[in-house]
Amino acid sequence: MEPVIKLENFHKTYRNGAMEVKAVRGVSLEIRPGEFVAIMGSSGSGKSTMMNTIGCLDRPTDGRYLLDGVDVGRLNRDQLADLRNQKLGFVFQGFNLLSRTTALENVELPMLYSRPSIPTREQYKRAMDALGLVGLAERADHHPNQLSGGQQQRVAIARALVNQPKVLLADEPTGNLDTRTSIEVMGVFQSLNEQGITIVMVTHELDIASYARRKIVMRDGLIRSDEPVTRRLQAPEEIAKLEAEQRAIQLH
Amino acid sequence: MFSVFKIALRAIRRNIMRSMLTMLGIIVGISAVIVGVSMGTGAKAEVDKQIASMGQNLIIVFSGSSGRGGTRGGFGSTPNLTLGDYEAVRREVAGVSGVSPEVRGSAQVVAGNQNANVGYYGVSADYAEIRSWKFTSGDNFTEADVRNAAKVCLIGKTTSDLLFGEGNDPVGQIVRIKNAPFTIVGLLSPKGANSFGSDQDDVILLPYTSAMKRLSGDTMFRSFNIQAQSAAMLADVQTNLTELLRQRHRIPEGAESDFAMRTQQEFGEFANSTNEIMTVIISAFAGISLVVGGIGIMNIMLVSVTERTREIGIRLAVGARGRDVMRQFLTEAVLLSVLGGLLGIATGCWLAPLLTKFAGFPTLISQGSVILAFSVSALIGVVFGFFPALKAANLDPIDALRYE
Ligand SMILES: Nc1ncnc2c1ncn2[C@@H]1O[C@H](COP(=O)(O)OP(=O)(O)OP(=O)(O)O)[C@@H](O)[C@H]1O
Ligand SMILES: [Mg+2]
Repeated sequence: MEPVIKLENFHKTYRNGAMEVKAVRGVSLEIRPGEFVAIMGSSGSGKSTMMNTIGCLDRPTDGRYLLDGVDVGRLNRDQLADLRNQKLGFVFQGFNLLSRTTALENVELPMLYSRPSIPTREQYKRAMDALGLVGLAERADHHPNQLSGGQQQRVAIARALVNQPKVLLADEPTGNLDTRTSIEVMGVFQSLNEQGITIVMVTHELDIASYARRKIVMRDGLIRSDEPVTRRLQAPEEIAKLEAEQRAIQLH
Repeated sequence: MFSVFKIALRAIRRNIMRSMLTMLGIIVGISAVIVGVSMGTGAKAEVDKQIASMGQNLIIVFSGSSGRGGTRGGFGSTPNLTLGDYEAVRREVAGVSGVSPEVRGSAQVVAGNQNANVGYYGVSADYAEIRSWKFTSGDNFTEADVRNAAKVCLIGKTTSDLLFGEGNDPVGQIVRIKNAPFTIVGLLSPKGANSFGSDQDDVILLPYTSAMKRLSGDTMFRSFNIQAQSAAMLADVQTNLTELLRQRHRIPEGAESDFAMRTQQEFGEFANSTNEIMTVIISAFAGISLVVGGIGIMNIMLVSVTERTREIGIRLAVGARGRDVMRQFLTEAVLLSVLGGLLGIATGCWLAPLLTKFAGFPTLISQGSVILAFSVSALIGVVFGFFPALKAANLDPIDALRYE
């Protein structure tokens, strides 16, 4: 199958006046449809920089990035916006929900900017479906501050999915979550991946990376290792184990 | 489109206090526009009404010379328009539908046990028609009354009310003017105050022959009122009049006339010029308030863009184009200024009648001024909201997302 994401000798250099930071220095990478990739690496190794480019929030300084066969480096601001809207879903570490709107409205947000425009009724239906997918249909009217961290992250995932993207991108999606909610989010990711959605996720935590199928480690703006996950974890089992442990603690 | 509007409304409501304060400049400016324009239109309508009440296509010839823009019609100069002049005008000037000479005086007028000092006008039978006087009761005196210097008169409403009691019909009654008994044949319909503020209904009209012979002893006229048959004929009539009177008064070529002429339109122009000064002052005030209001909106929108940088980042990240963000902030700015404008229009519509009630300024709120005020407020939103909206639209999505 053709890769959905293809980086060819990708460079990203930040320039602040005379200062030059080479954040990514020549990465070549192919990700095929249906993959679930975890990107790891120490702080400052260029993971977010690479994710931002894959997410069409930024363009390569050098090299090429092909999303679904389209050379992103040649696109203008509006075309990048349309790609983000149609082909990509982004989940950030800080949830990044609009705090004064309901979960439902947050999920509807990408559809406001869809071209051609989506009828209001259709927007509602699709947003409710997406919320249902992450198990939050009955919380549609809640505002983010009325939801737990894990629930907020699930709203963000629903928002990322609502336009049926090719790729779901997540930069440290569990960074602000406790163990149990982290596993729950991984459960959502795994089941989405089962349904065929391509997922690329940045994480610092080795066990979180183990829910993916493929693990890439970066260092100093380069890929250091790229291998399949050997002992893959399954979220339902891990939650069961966690509950057993908690029961054991309470019994003692 | 609807959702953009909803989002903007919500953003304004969220900071209702701040929004109100921001709108204040626009409210003040727009209400000043409404009040100012209403004063201008009100004054103009008033003047137009009075000018129209003078009659139509009217030319007034005053005795005594006066340069243009000088003293109005040489009041105080000795009357030098003769009976011969009057008859010549009647006879010789074409395109004229009515002519009346005018002698004026004031006299003690007695009716029963009531008396009053009243200004009287000695005029021809054409006068009532020329000056658009209507009759509430009775009718005009006749040409025969003029020929015979009959002891008949017409009475204004104010004078009648004074002498005969409010609302009583004086027709057929006798008034003694300087002890001479005159029969009232007509009660004039009221006209109200003229553009110089005096009551036009406090008046007695009588044949000029009677006035000259029985009251004043004048032999000359102070002025002639001449009505042209149409507005188009005004200029011709004026030329002919001038020629005729100069000839009769034996004024040599190039010398100044010993009479002056004014058309009704010229009276209107004079009265309106004072209103214009007022309008300019209020417009300047309104303009300054609107600019200040606009800058207020720009300031608040810039604050808003900064405060909501993360929100903008999120919107951009999920696929909003620059122009979507632009439209959102522009809508918000326009909504803010239009709401201010509507409040300003309401305030203005409330203030203008108060101004009439308590300060006596005539005001008239026209549909046009409301539309103008509304458009101006919308325009201010667009102009002053543009820069902040552009700033929002040009944010880099990553920087905006990372903004603390
Ligand atoms: N806007 C920027 N301007 C200048 N330098 C930048 C900018 N963004 C990132 N960098 C630099 O690029 C390098 C890579 O940053 P990046 O955010 O990709 O790291 P990361 O792998 O995501 O780190 P972390 O795990 O801490 O999130 C770092 O040295 C960082 O300082
Ligand atoms: Mg990072």
